[in-house]
Amino acid sequence: MKFLDEYRDEALATKIVDEIKRTVTRPWVLMEVCGGQTHSIVKYGIDRLLPDEIELVHGPGCPVCVTSLEMIDKAHAIAQRPDVIFCSFGDMLRVPGSQDDLLILKSRGADVRVVYSPIDCLKIARANPDKKIVFFAIGFETTAPSNAMSVWQAKQQGIKNFSVLVSHVLVPPSIASILQSPLNRVQGFLGPGHVCTVMGYREYEPLAARFKVPIVITGFEPIDILQGTLMTVRQLEAGTYEVENQYPRVVQREGNRVAQDLVNKVFEVCDRKWRGVGSIPKSGYKLRYEFHEHDAERLFEVKEIDTQEPADCISGLVLRGVKKPHDCACFGTICTPEHPLGATMVSAEGACAAYYAYGRHLEGQKREQKQPAEAA
Amino acid sequence: MCLAIPGKLIEVSTDTHGVRMGKANFGGIVKAVCLEYTPEVLVGDYVLVHVGFALSKVDEEEAARTYKALEQLQQLGELDTPDVEEEQTAAEFFDSSPPQKKSAA
Repeated sequence: MKFLDEYRDEALATKIVDEIKRTVTRPWVLMEVCGGQTHSIVKYGIDRLLPDEIELVHGPGCPVCVTSLEMIDKAHAIAQRPDVIFCSFGDMLRVPGSQDDLLILKSRGADVRVVYSPIDCLKIARANPDKKIVFFAIGFETTAPSNAMSVWQAKQQGIKNFSVLVSHVLVPPSIASILQSPLNRVQGFLGPGHVCTVMGYREYEPLAARFKVPIVITGFEPIDILQGTLMTVRQLEAGTYEVENQYPRVVQREGNRVAQDLVNKVFEVCDRKWRGVGSIPKSGYKLRYEFHEHDAERLFEVKEIDTQEPADCISGLVLRGVKKPHDCACFGTICTPEHPLGATMVSAEGACAAYYAYGRHLEGQKREQKQPAEAA
Repeated sequence: MCLAIPGKLIEVSTDTHGVRMGKANFGGIVKAVCLEYTPEVLVGDYVLVHVGFALSKVDEEEAARTYKALEQLQQLGELDTPDVEEEQTAAEFFDSSPPQKKSAA
């Protein structure tokens, strides 16, 4: 298949790894931002191909993981209403709220439907005029254009029985939050390739300059991730901290202006609470007032729900690259994908779930955690 | 969640609500794709698709350039690992336009 198979070439991967080995002279801690990259790294064992000096820690970029417990409880409250058809991406179905998950609610009779695309909800809304169709609009900047288009089209087409429960999150404020933390170990970033396909990478340039960290916008295939790692390590070894683009076949510096325009018409930036991390200023999107007729939080007047995360869970530290799944006593024992305790186990793209899926809970910690070198 | 997959555009149309739509082939699976965010793409182009929306055209020249640059890396690697077998890609590399160093730098 074109633009996939070429980027999984083993011989080429070996050559890039060799080049990384030739380049590296001391320990470095790199974070891949996106959960899709985490999944690729664990699936292909990329972290284990790299020389011992390079430690990959896993970032906050899984929107399913970081959707707050309060928001999930709100979704569940709405989904249980008899007049509602609740639509969601499939990966939200098994995410536990304080009590249940969407799949359990469905088994009890709630009309919960998985959609491939938010735009499909409009068809469901047209076919069910006596029902209220609610879409759980989660995601990073990658998904914002799709969710924005569904709201925009609903307004244009006068579809009154469609609304969205918005829990959008943004990458740059989360990177800033990680770098500002006194616990931070991260010295360079593999940037989120698909987020930047939409947004471009201009907004990462002030971050790289302010915190003196290289950020390499990186794709999702093994060759992409290895090349992104090589580019980051070259910068770290040279003491530079620029934003570079490993993924130019789809990412341009300006991003997709058409998509950005519609996102800005439909959404505005707001503070957002992240599961396991807490509230991060200006780190999310909410609907603009002009679209309040399609705002499920307003329409259903869901009460503020008080929630409590399990005290044993360290997912907040995993999401910030401070800890790894193996550092948690619960990992693979009482916390599994079937019975997740917290954010990083609830979705296949969470670091703990990815480690579990590829059998790493059976191995113990093989690689010693490495100490970060002096900041470049 | 931010998964996006390249597919080849095989049809472009406008739906009854005036939305620019198309169909893309993902290694044999054909799915409807909204093309509102990629007004420039045509049948035969590769598009990067996320939850039913094309977010970008896949730039084939840029993809080839990056890949060539990586192949150059492969050859440089062979300078100090001479026991690796000869690569056909060497001929391809020298036949093509010079790779842009920036892509791999």
